[in-house]
Amino acid sequence: MLRRTAYALLVLALAGTATACGRSAPDPAAAADARGPITVWLSNNAQEVQWGKAMVASWNERHPDQHVTAQQIPAGKTSEEAISASIIAGTTACLAFNTSPAAVPTFQKQNGLVSLSDFPDGEKYITERGGALTDQYRSTDGKFYQLPWKSNPVMILYNKKLFERAGLDPEHPKLATYKEFLDTSRKLVHSGAAKAAIWPSPSSDFFQPWYDFYPAFAAQSGGKQLIEDGKPQFDSSAGRQVAAFWRKLYAEKLAPQEAYPGDSLNDGKAAMATVGPWALAAYKNSVDIGVAPVPTADGGSDKHSFSDEKSAAMFSSCKNRATAWDVLKFASSAGQDGKFLETTGQMPMREHLTEKYAAYFQAHPTYRAFADQAERVVEVPNVPGSIDIWQTFRDEWTKSVVFGRESTPTGLRNASSEITDLLNEYGDPS
Amino acid sequence: MSVNLQSAPATVRDSAPARREGPRKARGLPRVGALFVSPYVLFLVVVFAVPLVYTVWISFHRFYFTAPGTDVDSPWVGLSNYKDVFTDPVVGRAFLNIVIFLVINVPLTVGVSLVLATALNAKIRGRAFFRAAFYLPYVTASVALVAVWQFLFGSDGFVNHLLGSHAPDPSWLVNSHLAMPMIAVFVTWKQLGFFVMLYLASLQNVGKELYEASAMDGAGRVRQFFSVTVPGVRPATTLVVIYAIITGANLFSEPYLLTGGGGPDHASTSPVLLMYQKGIEQGHPDFAAALGVVLVAFVMVVSLAARKLTERDN
Repeated sequence: MLRRTAYALLVLALAGTATACGRSAPDPAAAADARGPITVWLSNNAQEVQWGKAMVASWNERHPDQHVTAQQIPAGKTSEEAISASIIAGTTACLAFNTSPAAVPTFQKQNGLVSLSDFPDGEKYITERGGALTDQYRSTDGKFYQLPWKSNPVMILYNKKLFERAGLDPEHPKLATYKEFLDTSRKLVHSGAAKAAIWPSPSSDFFQPWYDFYPAFAAQSGGKQLIEDGKPQFDSSAGRQVAAFWRKLYAEKLAPQEAYPGDSLNDGKAAMATVGPWALAAYKNSVDIGVAPVPTADGGSDKHSFSDEKSAAMFSSCKNRATAWDVLKFASSAGQDGKFLETTGQMPMREHLTEKYAAYFQAHPTYRAFADQAERVVEVPNVPGSIDIWQTFRDEWTKSVVFGRESTPTGLRNASSEITDLLNEYGDPS
Repeated sequence: MSVNLQSAPATVRDSAPARREGPRKARGLPRVGALFVSPYVLFLVVVFAVPLVYTVWISFHRFYFTAPGTDVDSPWVGLSNYKDVFTDPVVGRAFLNIVIFLVINVPLTVGVSLVLATALNAKIRGRAFFRAAFYLPYVTASVALVAVWQFLFGSDGFVNHLLGSHAPDPSWLVNSHLAMPMIAVFVTWKQLGFFVMLYLASLQNVGKELYEASAMDGAGRVRQFFSVTVPGVRPATTLVVIYAIITGANLFSEPYLLTGGGGPDHASTSPVLLMYQKGIEQGHPDFAAALGVVLVAFVMVVSLAARKLTERDN
């Protein structure tokens, strides 16, 4: 009897586990033409949620038979982790309006994304909307698995009051060249105006280079990606200049080696930050913000920067993909893009924004610099193993640049060599 | 309807058939026991045994997580994942970090919690307050405690303000020599209340007559502690040591939160944190599974060695 009870329990447990792990997916052929209710995910940024709810309400008013529900992406350390877990569980929404391009190769490998190029008008719609900006978002098979939706071109935001306190001209800050930037930083810290000149997170998260190294590298290299034509590009004169510049900031304690538990610019602990326009709304009541381009060794104009772009993507768990595609086009239409810009201050991924939305930029001159910068943005490379590659780069960066445990040229050389191995490994997974 | 359990063994001894037919109530006890343990057995099977077997299977295959309905090969790769684990310098660093952690944390936990338990077992004023105070960190969320430690040991923190020019540079939590010891001390402090409670329970079993006899033989407080208390709570010490080793080897929250994800430069990376980074962030569950199996083996070996050491005189 006891043995029977034990067997029954075991069978029950295994059956329960199997049921819990049991997963099914919609038939892609049937789903492609299916219409009906769908769910979309939005980022948890307050302004984006506001826009998303209005957009969905507008859609629902016109399409009562294809009801859309808007939710915020489930909580996680990053949206990418939450989306990845949902892909595996088969519980993603049909659309997510906050997909990092760096995670797209991983989601693709997981078979979690729907190719937008496979919709009859997919290719045409995406390329016409984004123009030349869209090329960086094609996957290695030539298809689009993401719609490049909006960018937050990274620039230098600075606290005008702290600049004034340090005896600097807040309206014409000297931040164009590395020398000027370092001199300004020294004045800010040594005068006691700020604890740190700039305080990017020094932690080893794979995505942190996007806010210290990558914008500076894009600017210094004239718009190169981390990897081009299957080869790392950063073990170069431009990469070495960028690394040496940041090493000086850390070595002279102008940038702290410890992560700040909060928002250092908002709290007045740091005088500058590398951020996109999304932050202006967050700072508007607390900090008098000025905007400057990312520095380069020799200054100059028309410099590139990192896009900090987020795409919209459709997931393979979506049963009503025809509706989802129509919602995606509606949400990224010229009219909705204008409303998105108005509500969030973030840049729709369209060319010539200052002409298309001239009235907005006339009324909001601070955002004009970001719109100009949005014409010259560099994306993370769309290659398999993207997150591995960024993690490898970050590990060498923290070792050499943040903590100075090896020289910066050695760090870049090691990272380049390790990333070349990774590219070979991903190119030949056998 | 009461059962005379005292007489049952005699009946069993006297008659073989009676053993088979038996007093049904007495033989029914294991079934009741099975019923009582069944929820935990279910729990163990579902959240421990099945995932463990699956983890071992993954560790011998090229595997990654996919969306439902995806037909992908998971080819057998033998020891390839284990080779990757053993040749990854970060893995070596993570295990070294755990050894550093255990060397500091386990003796400190045993020593401090036993001393505190002995003190709190005596009739002192405010005993209840102190017992609650030591237990409080154990039941407080790690996130909140980490914020307190960052306030204390951050580069701009309270301790560095006290130390002035004597403060370490780089500061405590970003110093590659100090980060792991700081985590070890933090975890010791956080878990102290639990281990003090274990020792307090164990101290109730140490006979008062032993203390009286030793006092008559001229033993002072210190001699009594080492000659009566320490041997008297040895079974609890075994439990404390093994539990501290297991929880220490599974360290995650502290390096994740306190030192910014295992920093600086992997100086506080733990194997479990690495499993999370490799398996979840970077999409290599096969590597993470192999690392997990190695960690289980490591914990078993260290725990068994500790048990041998602490139980040798029992």
